[in-house]
Order: sequence, then C-alpha cells, then structure tokens
Amino acid sequence: MNFKIIFHTLGWVLNFEAACMLLPLICAVTYNEPHSLTFIACMAICLAAGVLLTFRTPKNKSIYAKEGFIIVALSWIALSIFGALPFVISGAIPSFIDAWFETVSGFTTTGATILSDIEVLPKSILFWRSFTHWIGGMGVLVFLVAILPLAGGSNLYLIKAESPGPSVSKLVPKIKSTAKILYGLYTLLSFAEVFFLLAGKIDLYEALTITFGTAGTGGFAVKNSSIAEYSPYIQNVITIFMILFGINFSVYYLLLIRRFKEAVHSDELKAYLIIIAASTAVICFNSRHLFASLPDAVRHSAFQVASIITTTGFATENFDKWPELSKTILVTLMFIGACAGSTGGGIKVSRIVILLKSISKELRITAHPKRIYKIKMNGRIIEHETVRSINVFLVAYATIYVASMLLISIDNFGFTTNFTAVAATINNVGPGLELVGPTQNFSIFSPLSKLVLVFDMLAGRLEIFPLLILFSTYTWKK
Amino acid sequence: MNIIIVGCGKIGQKLAQQLNYEEDLNITVVDIRYNVVQDIINQYDIMGVVGSGTSIETLTEAGIETADILIAVTGSDELNLLTCLIAKKTGNCQTIARVRKPEYSKEINLIKKDLGLTLVINPEQTAAAEIARSLRLPSAIKIDSFAKGRVELLKLKIPENSVLDNLTVMDIAPKLNCDILLCGVERNESAFIPRGNFVLKSGDRISVIASPKNAAFFFKKTGIKTNRVKDTIIVGGGTTAVYLAKYLLQSGISVKIIERDTERCETLCRLLPKASIVNADGTENRVLLEEGIEYAESFVALTNIDEENVLLSLFAKSKSNAKLVTKINRIAYDEVISSLELDTIVYPKNITAEYIIKFVRAKKNSIGSNVETMHLILDGKAEALEFNIRENSPVSGIPLESLSLKENILIACINRNGNIITPRGKDIIKCGDTVIVVTTITGLKDISDILEQRKK
Repeated sequence: MNFKIIFHTLGWVLNFEAACMLLPLICAVTYNEPHSLTFIACMAICLAAGVLLTFRTPKNKSIYAKEGFIIVALSWIALSIFGALPFVISGAIPSFIDAWFETVSGFTTTGATILSDIEVLPKSILFWRSFTHWIGGMGVLVFLVAILPLAGGSNLYLIKAESPGPSVSKLVPKIKSTAKILYGLYTLLSFAEVFFLLAGKIDLYEALTITFGTAGTGGFAVKNSSIAEYSPYIQNVITIFMILFGINFSVYYLLLIRRFKEAVHSDELKAYLIIIAASTAVICFNSRHLFASLPDAVRHSAFQVASIITTTGFATENFDKWPELSKTILVTLMFIGACAGSTGGGIKVSRIVILLKSISKELRITAHPKRIYKIKMNGRIIEHETVRSINVFLVAYATIYVASMLLISIDNFGFTTNFTAVAATINNVGPGLELVGPTQNFSIFSPLSKLVLVFDMLAGRLEIFPLLILFSTYTWKK
Repeated sequence: MNIIIVGCGKIGQKLAQQLNYEEDLNITVVDIRYNVVQDIINQYDIMGVVGSGTSIETLTEAGIETADILIAVTGSDELNLLTCLIAKKTGNCQTIARVRKPEYSKEINLIKKDLGLTLVINPEQTAAAEIARSLRLPSAIKIDSFAKGRVELLKLKIPENSVLDNLTVMDIAPKLNCDILLCGVERNESAFIPRGNFVLKSGDRISVIASPKNAAFFFKKTGIKTNRVKDTIIVGGGTTAVYLAKYLLQSGISVKIIERDTERCETLCRLLPKASIVNADGTENRVLLEEGIEYAESFVALTNIDEENVLLSLFAKSKSNAKLVTKINRIAYDEVISSLELDTIVYPKNITAEYIIKFVRAKKNSIGSNVETMHLILDGKAEALEFNIRENSPVSGIPLESLSLKENILIACINRNGNIITPRGKDIIKCGDTVIVVTTITGLKDISDILEQRKK
C-alpha cells in the first residue's frame, strides 16, 4: 500500500478546502459579519494540515485500485470533518456530531438538516453550508485531477470511485481533459442558472445559494420554508435546472461537440424523462383537490418530482400532507435517483433500467432454457461483468439499508419515519416523511443514529464500495 | 495529436504504453474484447472503445473524424487492411497497417498505394531484417542508422580482456586514436549516459555512435571481430526464417534451416532453392551436433516457443563460438533473458512497436519541430535524436563548450554535408547541419530544447 501518496493527495484535498473557504469569507466581509475571523481560522487549520501533508512529494506516485478507493473514502471523511469547523467555531452548531452531520449532508449533496430554524444563522455560515453542495456535486477529486500534476493513467481509479454510475468512462482520452470538461460544463450550467434566477428579481446571495443547492442536487435552502416563498417563475427555473443537473454530463459534452444523434440516443435519458413526466401526471391528478388551480397543481407536482428524483430535496409544498399514492410515488423516486454521471444520487436510472431488463431476460430464459440472450442498452450489449456488479451493488445497498433501519429504530420513532430517514440519506435526497418530512428536521435523532445516517450519506454518495473497502481487512493486509 | 489504435494484442499494448508517455497525444484504443480494453484503460491514460475496427459506428465513437493517425494491429491482415480502408474513407487520417502474410508481401506496394496506406509493417520481415543486419556485423548486438546510413548507432558488449576494460571514457580517443563517441552504457540492469571519468568494465553493453568506417576501425583497434559470418544455422522454418534466409543468401551467407515438419520442408525447399533444408527436430542436441553446430559461425533460434529458443541458444553457446540470435515473443521477461548473455535477442513485437512509434514521433514532430530520426537506446531508457539545424538556431555559431546544456544531454555527432564530425569542445554547429543528440529526457522537439532555460 502506497501510504505516502494517499496522505499526499489528502493534503491537497485539505488545501483545496482551505481555498474553497475564501468564498464564504468574502460573503462574511461583504455583509460585515463578525464571522470573517471564523473562516480565517478554519482556513489556517486546513492549510496547516494540508501543507504538512503535501510538503514532501512522494517518489512513488502510483495509485492502484486499492489506493484510489482509499484516497476517495478518506478524502470525503477528512473533507467533512474539516468542513464542520466553521459551524463549531462560529457557534452556529455547537455540537460536533450535529455539525458533522450537517457538513456530510452538504458535501454528499443530501440536504438533510438538523437545524430547526435556519434563518437565524449568519449569512456567511449559510453560504458555506450551501457551497459544500456545489463542491460535493461534481466531486473534489475530479477537480484535483483536473488541476494537479498527479501523473499517470491510474488516476482513473480516483474518478471511478467518486463518479456515480455503473460504468464510468472518459469523455476524451486524457483524464485531465475529461475532468476539465466536466467542471467546465458544471460551472457553465451553474452560471446559466444564476442568470435566470437573477432575472426573477432575487438578490445575488439567494441566487447563488439556490444555484449551489440545485447544481449539486443538494437541497439546502436559506429559508425555513425551503423554496415555498419564492415566485412561481423562480420555482419553475429551479425545476428545470434540477432536471438538467440530473442528466448524465456526457450528454452535454456530446451536444457540445455536435454529435446530436448519440446524445439523444440514450435509453437512460429517455427513461429518466418518461419517469418524470409520468410521475408528475399521476401526482397532479391524485392531489389536484389540494390546489387552487390546475397550473398550480402542475407546478408543485413537477417541482416535487424533479426535486426528489434528482435527489435534490428542495420543497415548495409539504408533501407529507399529500395523498398516499403521491407520497408512495415520491418515495419510489427517491430510490430510482438521477442519471449516472450526473450530480444526483440514488440507485441511478441506468441501474434500474438494466435491472428491469435482467428480470425480463431471466423470464425469457426460464421459458426457453437454451436461449442465449444479452441485455442491451443504447443498442449496445451490456457485459455480464457490469450486470454482476449492479446486482452486488443492490445487495450491498439493501444490506446497509436494513442494518441502518435496525440501528436507528433504537430511537423508537415510527416505521415511516425510520424508513424514509434512511431512504432520504442513503439516496442523498434530504427530506423524508412524517417526523423527517419537508417541514421537519433530523435533530430528533440520537447521536448514534446520526452517525449511522452520516455513514449512509457517505455510502450513498460514493456508491457504497469505496467506503466499505475501508472496513475490509483484506484492504489492509500486506 | 489524436491516435486510434485498433487491436490491443501485445503490439497494441506496447504502442499504448510507449505513446502514453508523450504529453500531447490523445490515444484511443479499439478492441472487440471487453476485458482487454478495461485492463488497458486502467493502466494508461487513454480511452477505450469496445467494438470492431471495421465498423464505422465504432470508429466514429473512437473519434475517427478528428484522428490524425490510425494504427491497425489486430491479428488478422484482412481486418487491418479493411479497417484502414474504412478509416481512410470516413475520416481523413493517415493509416498504418500490420500485414504479415508472405502472400501479400509481394503485392504490398500495390496494396499500399491503392488503399492509401501511409505505412505497412510486416513484423516477421522487419525482425528478419534486423537479424540479418546483426549477422553482417556479428560483434554488435544492435545496429541503427542515422543520416541516411552515414552514421551508425551500434550496441556491443565489451569482451573479456579487451583494451576497453578498465579504461575511462575520456581515454578512449587518445589511446585508440579513433573517432567514435560512446553515448550509453548498460551495466547489469541499470543504464547511464557516461561522463568522461566513467570507467568501463568488461561485460558492459556500450552504445557507440560513429561512421561505418570509423566503427570498423574502432572494432579493429579493440580486437573485436568485424567479419560478417559465412554461414548460419536456423532452427525453425517459419515465416521469419524465410525472409531471413532470403536476406542472407542475397549477401552470400550460406543458410541451413532445420525444420521438424516434412511438408513445411518441401515448401521451404521450393521457396529457397539455394538454402539447405534439413528435416529433423532441431531441439534434439544430437541433430544439432550432426549438423555441425560446433563449427557454425552463427546460430539463429526461430522456433515459436520462447523457452525452446532460449535453451537452444544456451546449448549452442556451450558448444561453439557462434554468434547467437534468439527470437523471443514475450516482452515481459526481457531483463531476465538479457542476464543470460545470449548476444542478440530479437523481439519482433518490440521491433514492430518501435517502428511505428518512430513514425508517430516523426509525424508529431513534423508539426512544430524538426526531428529527422529517432531511435530508442539503452532499452528505451534513452533516445538518440537527429535534428535539423535551421537558420538563427540558438545553438549555431557557438563553440560547444560554451553552450549551457541541460543535464543528461550529449551531442553525439554533427553531420555537415555528409562529413561526419565527432564533436569536441571547440567544434561549432552551423546552419544546415544535422546533429545527433543522445538524452534521457523524453519529448525534445527542437534543438533549442537541449539548452538550459535561461532564468529571468
């Protein structure tokens, strides 16, 4: 195991985090808040740790699969621990476990909060809270690969471990260029959203924080009522951008290089859009009596559907009050999640599509045992290896799900609360139902449950195995 | 520059590995085998596409429209040719194909022209050419040429009790009074570009740059045999053997081929009327002794099994003083094999890959640089590059000793209108010269790159 390169990369992650804290610092200075010092102190701590680790460049720079996964898992843990410092030091969230929960929820783009009153917090702290979504959305190591001279093809393992989806492929031959393109597209789309939000006459601070929440598909808002108080125009802009950020970024790249046919010819994209349209229609019909007019019903259903399927977690309505069918549809959407290669969480549409196709394959083979049948996606055969890893992923997912449910049921809340609390965290959604519904929060849970949910959030964001590998004895054996 | 490699066999992987080091090359590999593609993209910073090279869809996905070079190195000639043809029609790129069947080798120029191929490479033929070259100068392990053959880069082993044993590099010229330049030394598994006070030892494998005349003189002085061999025994009558026999017979070396398969012997007999064909199992030592291995001047092991080739050469070494040539297909164990001291080892796959890499580099360099030829030396750890000197070059007109060169750079040779100058400190590079530079720094593009960057 190449520990030197692991710690070296970790050091760069911390340096990067220190640099990221510049933005909330600027925010604190602009609003003349006393928290400038908090951020300066946090930056100093991050930089000190980072510089200490990056001071020496290791000679052996090789990163194999094992090192790659460990780097990613440790980076996310370190990132969230140091990212919790501003909350603790400023006194906004005095308990460390709570602050850590909040930060992990931010970086993993979950959006689950333990705060009952958000609006009392200083603006700069809220800015940092939202900004963690933006950083975590596309990934930290993707960013580092784009700018750092970490040589070699083995960096692919870093991106693989951090990017969601059953099979991660590069857009262009060089990994550096791939990472740059991804961040370029991400930034471009974010700017577009800020622009459209500003056109809806809200101030820059709110436009930025909402964009961070949408782009990373996170869901932290700066108001207690999430997005409910904003104008219908703003809500519609957010709906559209949530859907856009839930699409595989390679689609945008293909559009950019004018390979339109390939871009549109994606089974996953089709399934994703169909699911959104169908769910919106059913929910709209099912809960129409709750709204004053049909356009209102459509707007709120579409917003909630987009928010849940992309695992963002913004809300314009307390959907906990909706009819059972609508609620069940929303919970189902939590599991489906966004497209692979997007910033969203969940199981991912492509995995669901492949799983459904393998059920149909099994049925055909049961009827005709000698038949050879291959699963296809985008007109291309899916290798058995991919199907196998998806199956294992699902089993691991279910195991962690059940284990988490057991552990948090110690707190003795209702089944719906427990079930949706785990669903909302492991899928990186944010709000669940009942006691963790859109108007509630996670502060009711005991510290143990909070730690379990922290684990779930990280496992969900890193797609389980990069995190599990840390706890495997095989990893650490020589 | 964008390169597509179709076929990830040994050659494809070797190409991907070597080209991966070049900063501004974007490489995409195409192979029909999913696992192979997965494996190779995990190792190198390249993109992989699973599919057939003859499908336009696959090639489009690999980016044929923006590709500059397509290299087809699958196991099948026909597939390679078809891939190149389709690539040429869909994208506008240069195409390189591996074509190995002897049936095609006669019409290869026609095929090349009609399909618009830029380069056709035949691994067996290239390997045979290299073996033939080393048999013409048996003391050398490897020979490459520069400046259209006016300068040779020779690799040879210092024999026991040679004058060179315990000699420092700067003493070579005054003591032997000959004009050569020592540009690289390999000792055991390490390789260096030697400085003046480096002490040579017997057993070192040294690389020397000189004109053919001076090289011959150098060999004479150091007591190394330069006569080409008069006869050779080849074990294994495959395609390489046929090409090799043709080359050798052309230059008047008598050839004896030992082949196990009777039918193949008949074919060989028809193909090579002047060679003597022996139908026997060459791996039996009795057969080799009967065919006069003890008196043979050279011995070439060309069977299809690497282990057999190594054993045969070891046996020949123990029985005779013949110059040994051993063909090895697997590249991975080169360090172990070179420690067996079997004179010349030929890796057909490596030769093919090197040949293509040279072409790619030359092509890449033709955009914005002026490298004429490039050879990999010291097992690929260093490069020998030939540069054209254009007007206003920062190195021209200054005595070499006043140039501030980077570390690990050696100006090995100056070619002025066909006159070969072995550079000394007082010599000056002029416009119109070509200069050979030996270096461990990769990716030099221009002669000015050898200078230390001026600190501002």
